[in-house]
Amino acid sequence: MVFHPLGKYILLLKAVFRRPEKWNIYRREIFHEMNAIGVGSLGIIAIISVFLGAVTTVQTAFQLVSDLIPKSVIGGIVRDSSILELSPTISAIVLAGKVGSSIASQIGTMRVTEQIDALEIMGINSPGYLILPKIIASVVTIPMLVIISIGLSIFGGYLAGTASGAVTAQDFIIGITTDFNPFTFTVSMVKAVIFAFIITSVSAYQGFYTNGGALEVGQSSTKAVVISCIAILFSDYVIAQLLL
Amino acid sequence: MIEVKNIHKTFGENNVLRGISAEFKEGMCNLIIGGSGSGKTTLLKCMVGLHEPNEGSVIYDGRDFTRMNFETRIEIRTEIGMLFQGSALFDSMTVEENIMFPLNMFTEQHRKEKLDRVNFCLARVNLEDKNDLYPAELSGGMKKRVGIARAIAMNPKYLFVDEPNSGLDPKTSIVIDDLIMELTEEYKTTTIIVTHDMNSVMGIGENIIFLHEGQKWWEGSNKEIGETDNQELNDFVFASKFMRALQKKK
Repeated sequence: MVFHPLGKYILLLKAVFRRPEKWNIYRREIFHEMNAIGVGSLGIIAIISVFLGAVTTVQTAFQLVSDLIPKSVIGGIVRDSSILELSPTISAIVLAGKVGSSIASQIGTMRVTEQIDALEIMGINSPGYLILPKIIASVVTIPMLVIISIGLSIFGGYLAGTASGAVTAQDFIIGITTDFNPFTFTVSMVKAVIFAFIITSVSAYQGFYTNGGALEVGQSSTKAVVISCIAILFSDYVIAQLLL
Repeated sequence: MIEVKNIHKTFGENNVLRGISAEFKEGMCNLIIGGSGSGKTTLLKCMVGLHEPNEGSVIYDGRDFTRMNFETRIEIRTEIGMLFQGSALFDSMTVEENIMFPLNMFTEQHRKEKLDRVNFCLARVNLEDKNDLYPAELSGGMKKRVGIARAIAMNPKYLFVDEPNSGLDPKTSIVIDDLIMELTEEYKTTTIIVTHDMNSVMGIGENIIFLHEGQKWWEGSNKEIGETDNQELNDFVFASKFMRALQKKK
């Protein structure tokens, strides 16, 4: 039951990475997709990141009741949580909803309106033309979004901590600048790249093999989001287990 | 010329095509007709490689398409133009970009040359000055004409047309049929049209193949179709009251 779709997914990826007909057309598509995926998602990522950092600060402060633990620890916890887990994973889940559903419905609509057949008839490798620019664009832009998310999450934590009085500005800054392990950032970027690949390839697969009409396009879109989210959380665990 | 030899196609338990062999002649409108579910569109899709037949071969001027891999098929595919039932124009592109798309992909022409070709194709289908419109801004008939313009952009040797008249009023249908006929004669293309529109059959059916239950049931021209004693074909051709009345008058 799992092996048939998995085999189809692997064969689709093989077709995706076939040599492009013309690189300059693909390059134009890549920039277009970078704008749609990266710039288009900046707003939502900014909003959720600020709130993620704010909530983490408030909740960590609530749990740190002992006077033996310095308040600056809050800054450290916000920093490490944002870098290691919150920014890459929550951003990926949100992007699976926004970008993944858009990719699945866009390719699915092209399938049911015979636009993919039109590409095939012209002699164009349709998986390559439709999916490769999306994968490259997301693998480049989603890690950038995660970096922005990390920054905004820490900033959100700072704002919430100082505004609520849970931690002073000085303690928070001491916290985020003490004992920083750069490897956590590497793990975060590895996660971002893998999640980006999962979101685009799984969503494109769901769209590419849509059969039927408008109803099935909607179903493909929903399946793309659900499967991407599960795959993101599963690979999150595997990466954490392997790298940390 | 395109030859299909002993084409079989099954979907699960359903035998859609059962050993079809036929020849589609150059410079001629070859029609594939038949009732719904008779296998017309499946045969067309097997011929262009959108479906792989379970058995049999499709031969383009001596080149066996069914034995080729993706890379070698590209050579034949660049010689194919196709008009789809729903036109299949790319939604995100303008009319100009749609027609220029195959030129961008497969030629090294300068933009000026490509633009000249686009304008020529648009003029050929009577759609001058519609370059900047998007498919959503076009009527059904205009979409079909843009689809034809895109199909002829690469000077195809083989033109495939799937249900050219579906969703069109009778007057626009005749315009589209006449246009396909003119282009076929002008460029000497091997044109294959799948239809169940009797106006098209009588108007442009120079070579007609009638499919019934996945088999070739009859072959002939529009001049012969009214005089056959093939029961299934007569049931198909004279299904409407109007056609039956016409038959009685004769």
